[in-house]
Amino acid sequence: MRKQHISKEEVEHVAWLAHIELTEEEKTLFTEQFNRILDFFRKIDEVNTDNVPPTHHVLDLVNVFREDEVGETLPNDSVLINAPKKEGRFFKSPRIV
Amino acid sequence: MPKLFELSALDIIEKIKSQEITAEDYINSIIERILRVDKKINAFITLEISKAQEKAREIDRKISRGERVGRLAGVAVAVKDNICTLGIRTTCASRILENFIPPYDATVIERLKHEDAIIIGKTNMDEFAMGSTTETSYFGPTRNPWDLSKVPGGSSGGSAAALIADMATLALGSDTGGSIRCPASYCSVIGLKPTYGLVSRYGLIAYANSLEQIGPLAKSTADCALLLSVIDGYDPRDSTSVNIPLNDFSKGLTGDLRGLRVGLPKEFFGEGVEDSVKRHVWSAIHILESLGAVYEEVSLPSLEYALATYYIIAMSEASSNLARYDGLRYGYRVEHDDADWSRIYARNRRIGFGAEVRRRIMLGTYALSAGYYEQYYLKALKIRTIIRREFEEALKKFDVLVGPTMPLPPFNIGEKIGDPLTLYMCDVLTVPANLTGYPAISIPCGFEGKLPIGLQSISKPFNEDLLLKISFALETNAGFIGRRPEL
Repeated sequence: MRKQHISKEEVEHVAWLAHIELTEEEKTLFTEQFNRILDFFRKIDEVNTDNVPPTHHVLDLVNVFREDEVGETLPNDSVLINAPKKEGRFFKSPRIV
Repeated sequence: MPKLFELSALDIIEKIKSQEITAEDYINSIIERILRVDKKINAFITLEISKAQEKAREIDRKISRGERVGRLAGVAVAVKDNICTLGIRTTCASRILENFIPPYDATVIERLKHEDAIIIGKTNMDEFAMGSTTETSYFGPTRNPWDLSKVPGGSSGGSAAALIADMATLALGSDTGGSIRCPASYCSVIGLKPTYGLVSRYGLIAYANSLEQIGPLAKSTADCALLLSVIDGYDPRDSTSVNIPLNDFSKGLTGDLRGLRVGLPKEFFGEGVEDSVKRHVWSAIHILESLGAVYEEVSLPSLEYALATYYIIAMSEASSNLARYDGLRYGYRVEHDDADWSRIYARNRRIGFGAEVRRRIMLGTYALSAGYYEQYYLKALKIRTIIRREFEEALKKFDVLVGPTMPLPPFNIGEKIGDPLTLYMCDVLTVPANLTGYPAISIPCGFEGKLPIGLQSISKPFNEDLLLKISFALETNAGFIGRRPEL
């Protein structure tokens, strides 16, 4: 039998971390699928990576800065145009506390 | 006489500029074509018919007054729906962005407009570009114009299908793990993923930033070179945009390949690749040889780990990028939102995102989480270094690497979508170019029955001109570019 990499409880925990609600059926289905996918991912364990630096990025660019000058910004109306709920000049959020 | 919608971009521009035809007649011919065939294909999510006609008339007026017009004057371009277009709905084929109207243009769109191109519509794709079949779209799958029961490839499936069905003359796609090259291969068009940093990503809705590039799809090599030369170049708004002198991509389009050193990675012709695909790619290699190229086998042993490495990195980046979809500033938000913020956030995302997007966000969250970070994400980044070094080494000896784009011909809609891992396997030959940042192209090289096969070529950074040179050589000597499906 294949190794169990992730339990249903862990899938629930990851879903909570990622802010994704899951139905009961999805929890079962995703647990099964994640185990198969993670099993495939663990193939990378075969590679010796001692003393190999990570590649976060393929370019040699480091710290791209620009002058700290105020540029053109979008007008308030067009920033709010896609907001599902707004009030005056503000986005309206659900209750936070 | 060919219909206007069948002509190449270069022909269209020449005829419009010389007033042999009007931009309006041409754009109407494209629109009629779309209205007639897109019912069968579903390549477009949003059409911009009246704006396109208006723009065409404006170009005609400019020309009749003797004013200067741009390098893409009048040409209908189909744009993948993850590229922001000012005032035109941009959905990423997701319910979460179903009604999103960008308040600005992506840099590539500004450049198209500056050259008087006409945006004809926004094309269908896998949701958030996560897929290789265009089946995960909230707006339904796109069908392959060569066989309506088959997938068109993905994730830029709408762009490739729109082109080969003559519903657009040029198209833009984006490529994170093969999303330009895969549908180019499956629809028999040319698709190029530029070197990382050559084309600005400003305004491209992010999936995995360290891997993706916007790139051209076209029906001829010269058209592909032209579109690339319009969108490439430095953009201060993208901090990963590279400021270097640009190549003239049209210069090498001669068909002469004397002295070109071609490496054939044996891992690209391994057991996972179907024999029919290998056969067609080999015929194309013999054509390259007859034009003066020399080839030799090469081995890139770490390619075995490229697919797992790619998916770990892509999913990790996706989990971070897609955290922004909270239903607050834009995007789907449930009606009844009087529960607390984090529950509403989680509910918006369950309803707004499809299953594959949620899978990738969650697996990426897992790979980045405490206790697993070293084992998955950091390990993958280190293997990325090893793969890069192998490519660097191989491309010291060879000018280009050549192999198939896809390991198998287009398959049935619905055939693989139920099994995520099997579907991921289809990307095995395309992801290395994203991990390394190297430029890569898919060129039509044959048909298995009526289904297209594509050849992939990869080169050193900023050697797009070599890739286009090979494409041109195959275009003039193999005869597959230019064929159209019956619709």
